[in-house]
Order: sequence, then C-alpha cells, then structure tokens
Amino acid sequence: MSDIFQSSQPIYQQLAERMKRQIIRGELSPGDKLPSVRETGLEVNVNPNTVQRTYRELESMEIVETKRGQGTFVTENQSTLDSLREEMKTKAITEFVQGMQEMGYLDEEIQSGLTKYLKEKGETNA
Amino acid sequence: MITLTDVTKKYGSKKALDHVNLELTPGKLIGLVGENGSGKSTTLKLIAGLNYPTKGEIKVDGNKVNRKIAKSVSYLSELDEYYRFFTVKQSIAFYASQFADFNEEKAYEILRFMKLNPNDKLKHLSKGNRGRLKIVLSLSRNVPVILMDEPLSGLDPMVRDSIVKGLISFIDLEKQLVLITTHEIREVENVLDEVVAIKDGSIIGHHNVEQLREEKHTGIVDWMTEIYG
Repeated sequence: MSDIFQSSQPIYQQLAERMKRQIIRGELSPGDKLPSVRETGLEVNVNPNTVQRTYRELESMEIVETKRGQGTFVTENQSTLDSLREEMKTKAITEFVQGMQEMGYLDEEIQSGLTKYLKEKGETNA
Repeated sequence: MITLTDVTKKYGSKKALDHVNLELTPGKLIGLVGENGSGKSTTLKLIAGLNYPTKGEIKVDGNKVNRKIAKSVSYLSELDEYYRFFTVKQSIAFYASQFADFNEEKAYEILRFMKLNPNDKLKHLSKGNRGRLKIVLSLSRNVPVILMDEPLSGLDPMVRDSIVKGLISFIDLEKQLVLITTHEIREVENVLDEVVAIKDGSIIGHHNVEQLREEKHTGIVDWMTEIYG
C-alpha cells in the first residue's frame, strides 16, 4: 500500500495528484464530501498532517472547499472542474510527447502513430 | 515540546551521547534513526526521566526532566516485559490504576482496532499481539509526549502494518508529540513528519521529511545512505 507513492517526491503533492485523478474519473463527484484527514491517512498509510496539507493545497486551487464544522467537499463549480480536466490532459500529453521526442520521433510520426494506435484499439474494443 | 541542551551522557568512560542539542515541537510524529549503539535508546530514556544526563539539560514542556516527568511522558520500552499471568483486560486496568491520564475507553477502542481479545492471558499471546498490546497501552495515555523504543522491531509485516495504522488512527496530532526509534525505515517513510539521525552519540541530521523530498528529491532511506556514507 505504501508503494503507491515515490519516496523521493513530496507525498502531499502525489496525494493531491491522486485525488485530482479520482475527481476526473468521477470516483469523487462534484459536491462529494472527502473522507476525514485521518480516514484518508489510514487508507493510503500517510501521516494525517500530510493529508491535511494535501487538502489545503486542493483548497488553494479551489478544487475542494472546506465548510466550517462540516468537512471538505469537492467543488460544484463546473468551470473549475472543466479547467482541471483540461489541465490534466495537457499535462499527460506533454509528458507523452516529451518522452517520444527524447527518443527522436518526429511530430508526424507521433501523430500518425497515435492515430493508428487509437484506431486499432477502437477496433479491438468494438 | 522537548529540548535537549548540550546533553552528554557517559556510561563509565564511554560516551553514549556527546553534546547533543535537539528541539522537538508538538503535533508531529518524529523518527529517531541510527545504527545499533548510536544512542537512540539512551536519548529516549533520558527524555523519559529513566536516566539522567552526565552534563546538560533536558526539558519537556518547559519542565526540567526528573523521574516525575512520567506524568507527561508515555514511554514504551523496547523490552518485551509483561506480567505473564495478567489478561489483556487486567493489563489495561493496571495501567489505568498507575496513570491518572489513562483513557480506558480509548484503550478498548484501540484494542478492537488491533483485534485483541480482552480475556486472553498475556503468556498465551503471540509476540505480534504482545507488540500490539504495548501500542494499546502507550497510546491510551492522554499525555503531550509519547516515546516508543523500537515498536516495530522483530515483528512480522502484518503486525508492523497494523501498528503503523494504529499510529495514524490514534495519535492526537493536534497536541501530541510522538518520538519513535526504528530500523524499519520503509515502513514509516510515509508517516513521519520529521527524521532525526544519530551516529556515535551525535545528531548528524534533523529534517522535515516532506521538505527533504521537496528540496533534495530524496526519501529517508536515500538520505540516510548519503549521510552515513
């Protein structure tokens, strides 16, 4: 369970990434209450202080909001969620393209390769 | 808050601690790491008031440490000592009779979490369950400082995991400071707020763990490899 995080990067950031993905995948819906800091800590074997920092980080990005005395909730602001979705997509594409370029692939090769891959994958899934 | 000011501890002519300065603040889970014989257990015993420094001063919450510090410090020994004829329930009652701040309700809550049977005799418990019981007893005290000497040592992975989860669940990080010594770094890598490294009686490093990751892109294990070289 502790293997879900790399020990060389701040855990609070990795946990924030993980929760953003959960929101994008719809495992956490707009308006959902997040588990308590301790519950999340227990689930991923992380210090509650670190989880608290993750929640604060997500709060500063306005992805979640804390309601006094009630807990922390996923935002219901659709434009914030849309831009989160867009941001995560750009990030994944950037990493993929950088990796390809480092190996020396040209833009056209990347593009045609991706189109071919998606087409074949679409056929096998159909 | 724990402060050690220029603390030296000698056993005969051997220096166990050598001019140690250390300041630990509340609300944190702190790991004290180092090789066998580096001074980890000595440090804990001095903070617990079970032994006295040869030179220097130790304070807990502003009070100079003496034997009476036991009222604000919970100390878990690395030794596997227990009253063999007691049941789990009797051990809890015994602790409650010894410490005014002992919270029996919390003890039973942790007991259930650890899946221990209150009516089992201690002499019939496995080593792992004795390790779990020690955690129950030391975390049930409502004190500002909890010291644990090698709570994970010699226990199987399942037991170590349940103890780490017990720490996450039952430490009051609003108020308490928990200092643990361990060799099982990987197990506690993600739950420590700070790490203090000790070598031959001297502190050779003290870091906030997340800061270590953020600034040096290294975890505790790699950091230790680097400083112990």
